[in-house]
Amino acid sequence: MTADSLAPPRRLGNRLFGRPELGAVVGAVAVFVFFSVAADSFLRPASLGTVLYAASTIGIMAVPVALLMIGGEFDLSAGVLVTSSALVSSMFSYQMTANVWVGVGVSLLVTLAIGFFNGIMLSRTKLPSFIITLGTFLMLTGLNLGFTKLIDGTVSTKSIADMEGFASARALFASHLTIGDVGLQVTILWWIVLVAVATWVLLRTRAGNWIFASGGGPDAARAVGVPVTRTKTGLYMAVAFCAWISGQHLLFSFDVVQSGEGIGNEFLYIIAAVIGGCLMTGGYGSAIGSAVGAFIFGMTSKGIVYAEWNPDWFKFFLGAMLLLATLLNAWVRKRAEAAK
Amino acid sequence: MTALVKLTGVSKAYGHVRALEDVSLEVHAGEITCVLGDNGAGKSTLIKIIAGLHQHDRGSYEIEGAPVRHASPREALDHGIATVYQDLAVVPLMPVWRNFFLGSEPRKGRGPFKRLDVAMMRETTRTALRDMGIDLRDVDQPIGTLSGGQRQCVAIARAVHFGAKVLILDEPTAALGVRQSGVVLKYVAAARDAGLGVVLITHNPHHAHLVGDRFVLLRRGTMTGSYTRDGITVDELTREMAGGTDLEALAHELRRPAP
Repeated sequence: MTADSLAPPRRLGNRLFGRPELGAVVGAVAVFVFFSVAADSFLRPASLGTVLYAASTIGIMAVPVALLMIGGEFDLSAGVLVTSSALVSSMFSYQMTANVWVGVGVSLLVTLAIGFFNGIMLSRTKLPSFIITLGTFLMLTGLNLGFTKLIDGTVSTKSIADMEGFASARALFASHLTIGDVGLQVTILWWIVLVAVATWVLLRTRAGNWIFASGGGPDAARAVGVPVTRTKTGLYMAVAFCAWISGQHLLFSFDVVQSGEGIGNEFLYIIAAVIGGCLMTGGYGSAIGSAVGAFIFGMTSKGIVYAEWNPDWFKFFLGAMLLLATLLNAWVRKRAEAAK
Repeated sequence: MTALVKLTGVSKAYGHVRALEDVSLEVHAGEITCVLGDNGAGKSTLIKIIAGLHQHDRGSYEIEGAPVRHASPREALDHGIATVYQDLAVVPLMPVWRNFFLGSEPRKGRGPFKRLDVAMMRETTRTALRDMGIDLRDVDQPIGTLSGGQRQCVAIARAVHFGAKVLILDEPTAALGVRQSGVVLKYVAAARDAGLGVVLITHNPHHAHLVGDRFVLLRRGTMTGSYTRDGITVDELTREMAGGTDLEALAHELRRPAP
């Protein structure tokens, strides 16, 4: 008999307890039950589409933000970066060319460059990412407003709806399809794909191993040859890439962009990631958890409307949920470790 | 038989501070060379030279008879010299098997679908640990849930698995209790039996004498003694370690004054 088989196999219960997203799933079920009882129209199929749409707009960004948090860093510029990305494609298309796809491409490059800037600043200055991305956040907020007023004279961009390529770009970023009674936005599809890809990368690739290690023990990781700074820069660029997707959705679901939008959304992404089980200190969390967190956000923001309450209460609910989820996560983790 | 690692008259100075002066030691395959000394004796400078973090100023450093001068830890690693530091070995929240392969992950598939060979990683970790005699319930548990001794052992097993010829252990028993220390020493002996040359840095003469084949004593950067196992008893080693004549002087000083 080998030494290994002497030990009892790990029970399924323990395995389940060890998952980072467990607390979020319990929370999601609770919120779902709560609004099912409190609001009659909440359970209607049409409502599901609305809730999922609200969840997806946050969820698309919560995925890379969760990965970044697992890698041990924050990005406070993520919210306004979405707006910046939308502004760049809109204004570049309007001013420089006749085809919106050129603007969309330029926007991708510019957005990725900003993500790269965040990563390089972090590795070069060794300052906390909180400070660096706070700086980027403020600078982008200023640039968004400044450039838009300088070029268009007002706080919003000119309509690009009559330009070439608008229809095809809208189909990719902002179309919606109807299945039965349920209207589904294409962002839901983007969201699901991103969660699936991120989960695969995190759990089944070398890059994923490096992300966990960069957040969980950067010195130990460096000592065994993990390129920690390159990993973190890559994560900032992943945030930028998803900000580009969100930005294009913002632009093409209407045809103009308000330059002041996006401020404060960075916290919603972080909240979704934390509710989903990401540890503030890095090294622990999951992409699926961030999706559950975003779903809780979607249910709460729309559930309040369906329950015909004053939406002013929404932020209170969100804050209470964040505290509860964090406490629950801490409790679950302690139990999981004690069970071993 | 040529030594795996041979230092002859090695010296190192940081600016005007002489950290190491004329130190010689040998490490043979299947043997344990213990480096003993108090804090500030130059132990860490010595391992940093062997591990490639620093270069020596004078003397010679040979690996299997060929003189070397490592520019980086990576280079030393390529020569088969692995170092297990006291606290710098693992990422606590990650599972044992991920830690085991961190930085050298085996992959399968091609192009963008290149992925970790998870089944192989788990199985290899399990067998590598079992070969070292480590009984782990579950290689999926976070390595932080293991005891300090077990963590050291995983790091040792990992060095052995990745083909190290020489294993440098930096105070592996320093932060451990008596029982845990015993466990770690068992695995150090297992690494020796696997044919590795081991450099054991310690300030505990009892631990050193339990497993050591050669002993090098350092004090304030100089070598105060070099013995083989049959050349010294544990009492002599302890006395040497404690500073010999220094200790007598101290005992004299501490004596109660006559009333």
